[in-house]
Amino acid sequence: MNKSHDSAGASGCGSRPATSGLNILNQGTPCSGGGSCGGVSCGGEQRSKADSRRQFLSRATSMVFGSFALTLLPMESPETAAETPLPAPLNGGAVPAPPAASAAKPVLYGFLVDTEKCIGSGKCLSACRTENHVPDGYSRTWVERYVHFKDGTVQVDLVPETGYHESKLPIVDAALVDKAYFVPKLCNQCVDAPCNQVCPVHASFTSPEGVELIDTDHCIGCGYCVQACPYGMRYINPETNSADKCTWCYHRITKNQEPACVEACPVGARVFGRLDDPESELSKRLGATRTQVLKEHLGTHPKLHYVGLSKEVV
Amino acid sequence: MHGPSFVYPNDVHVAWSIMIVLYPYITGLVAGAFVVSALYHVFHDHKLKPVARLALVTALCFCSCATVPLLLHLHHPERALNIMITPHQTSAMAGFGFIYSLYMLLLIVEVWLLYRPEIVEGAANAVGLKGFIFRILALGSRQITPGSQKADEWLIGVLAIIGIPAACVLHGYVGFLFGGVKANPWWSTALLPVIFLISAILSGIAALLLLYLVLCWAKKITPDADCVRSLCKYLWMSLVAAVSLELLELLHLAYEAGAEWDVLRELLTGRLAVSYGLIQVAIGSVIPFLLLPVAFRTERYAALRTFLGTVSGILILIQVFAMRWNVVIGGQMFSKSFRGFVYYNLTLDGREGLIAAIVVLTLPLLALFAASRLLPLIGDAEPHRPPEDLCKSMPLDVCTSHQ
Repeated sequence: MNKSHDSAGASGCGSRPATSGLNILNQGTPCSGGGSCGGVSCGGEQRSKADSRRQFLSRATSMVFGSFALTLLPMESPETAAETPLPAPLNGGAVPAPPAASAAKPVLYGFLVDTEKCIGSGKCLSACRTENHVPDGYSRTWVERYVHFKDGTVQVDLVPETGYHESKLPIVDAALVDKAYFVPKLCNQCVDAPCNQVCPVHASFTSPEGVELIDTDHCIGCGYCVQACPYGMRYINPETNSADKCTWCYHRITKNQEPACVEACPVGARVFGRLDDPESELSKRLGATRTQVLKEHLGTHPKLHYVGLSKEVV
Repeated sequence: MHGPSFVYPNDVHVAWSIMIVLYPYITGLVAGAFVVSALYHVFHDHKLKPVARLALVTALCFCSCATVPLLLHLHHPERALNIMITPHQTSAMAGFGFIYSLYMLLLIVEVWLLYRPEIVEGAANAVGLKGFIFRILALGSRQITPGSQKADEWLIGVLAIIGIPAACVLHGYVGFLFGGVKANPWWSTALLPVIFLISAILSGIAALLLLYLVLCWAKKITPDADCVRSLCKYLWMSLVAAVSLELLELLHLAYEAGAEWDVLRELLTGRLAVSYGLIQVAIGSVIPFLLLPVAFRTERYAALRTFLGTVSGILILIQVFAMRWNVVIGGQMFSKSFRGFVYYNLTLDGREGLIAAIVVLTLPLLALFAASRLLPLIGDAEPHRPPEDLCKSMPLDVCTSHQ
C-alpha cells in the first residue's frame, strides 16, 4: 500500500494512481510546473477532484442502472406468495413444513348463468349493491332484457334493481315478438384476462382460486383495465379512486358462502361452484348442458358460462 | 346496428379524458421535433441548420411536460411511481416509466452538449440570476477546447443516432397502447403504432415550422428561405404518408366490414362526422396538401411562402390533434355492447377540464420561452469556437495547448 502511495506521489502529474482510493493521497502533491503538462490539465488537487467526480458518476450510474435492473426482477405475485413457504431464517429456522396445502389440488371456482330461468327480478342487483357498497351510477352486475321482434330487430334494455315487473321498461306487443329473455351479466373471471394483462403496476392479480382481484391500495387509477375489459365490467370507483369490479364476492366465497347475487336469486338462475370438484352442482350442470361464453372470439377464456344464449347477446 | 341503442351501464363513464388526448399529442411533438434535429445531426441536411437547435430544445421542453397530463389524469397521482417500482411485465403501459426516463435523459444530455459552449461562456461572464443559472448548468465545466468540442460533436451525433429509434419507440409505444386493446375495434390494429408515429413526425415538423417563423418574426429577422422550403417539403411528405395510412386503415375496416363495422360506420358518420370528416380530413389534410407544394416550390415570394407555411402548420397541428381526439375519445364514444353510443362531456373546469388542458399545452411553450431567454434557439447550429477571451480567462491553459 505504501509502495503504491509512494509511486503515485512520485509520478506527479500525468500519471494515474493504481487504485481509486489513492486519489486522496495525491492531494497536496502539486505539479512542479504549476501549469500545463502535455496539454492535459494537471495539479493533484484538480485531478483528485476530477477523479472523485468520475467515481461519483460511476457509482451513481451503477446505482441508477442497478435499481432499474432490480425492478425488472420477477415480482412475487400474491398467488405465488401464498404458496411459497418462508425461508428457514424467517420461519424460526425450522425445516420448511411439507407443502401439504400446495400438494392438494387448488380450488378453482366457476359460474353458470341459466338465461332460461332468469325472470329479471332484480334481487341479485340490489343484493350486490348492498353487499359490495357499489356506488350509484356504477354496476358490478346487471341484467339485460332481449326482445327479438318478428321484423328481425332486437331491442335490449337494462332491468332496474327494482325488478322487471316494477320497471318502466317499454311494454311490447307479444304478437310482434319472436322471443324474449333476460341475460344477467357479471365479471367473466377470464383465464386470460386482458384487464389483468394491461395493469401497469400489478394491482390487478389472480387469486389462487382463479378470481381476478384488484389491490386498491396499489392501483394508480390509470383506467387502462377499464378500456381492456371487453365486457364493460370495470370502472373507476369514485369513492376509492381505484379500479373496481365484480369479484364473485371473494370475501364470501373464501368463507364457503355463496356470492350475494347467487344467494338472492329466487329462481336459481345463477349457479356458483367449484370447477375442480366433479361432484359440485356446477360441474354436473356444465357436464350435462351445452353452454356458451361471451365474446369467445377474443380468446379471453371466461369462467362464466351461459345456458341459452342467443348470438345477439354480446 | 338493428334496433334501439343499449349501453353497458359502466360505459357511460368515459374513462380517458382530454388529458389522454394531450399525452400522445405532446409526445408526438417531441418525437417529430427530434426527427428534424436528427435530419441535421445524423443525415446532415444542412438546409435545416437554422432549426436544428430549436428542434432539440423544443423536444426537451415538450418532453419535460409530457407527464403533466398523465398525472392530472391518474386517480392516484401520488402512486405514479408504482409504474417503475412494481412494473407488470405483461403490460405495455409498464414500459412507460423506463422509455420516458431514458429518452428524457438522452434529450437532456444532447441539449447540454449542444449548448455547452454558451453555458460555459455564460458561467464565466454572465452575472446575476442568469450567471447563477449558467453556473449550475455548467456542472463544473469551465473550459471548451477544440478537442472537447470534437468529442461533444461526436457524442451529439451518437446520441442523435440512438435518439431516432428511441423517439420511434417512445411514440410507437403510445400507439401500441391503443392498438393492443382487443376489446375496442376502433383501436385494435397493428397499423395504429405506425399511424401514431408518422403523425407524430408530421406534428413535430409543423410545430417547428411555426415556432421558427414566430421566432424570426419576434427577432425581426428574415426566415431562411431554404430552411422554410425544406420544412414545408418534409411536412408535405409526412402529411401524405400519415393521411394515406389513416385512410388505409379506414378503408381496410370498411372493406372487411366485420361484425363491428356497423357501429364504427355509425360513429364516423355521426359522432365523429365533424371532428373526423370535416376537421381531420377536409380542413386538416386536404387544404395543407394543396397549399404546401405552392409553399415549397415558390422561390421568389418569401411573404407568400411564410403565409402558406404558417397556415399549413396551424392546420396540420389541428389535424393531428383531431386525429388524437378521434382515436382516444372516439374509441370511447361507443359502448362495448356495440349497440349504443356515449357522450363525452368536456367540462370547463376541473383537473381534466378544458382550462387545465390549455394550461398543459401552454407549459412547454413557457419552458421554451424561458429557454429562449437563456440560449440562442435559432440561427447558427454549428457549435461555435470559444472566444479567445474565454480561454484566457480560464485558470487552465488547455485552450492554448490545442491551438
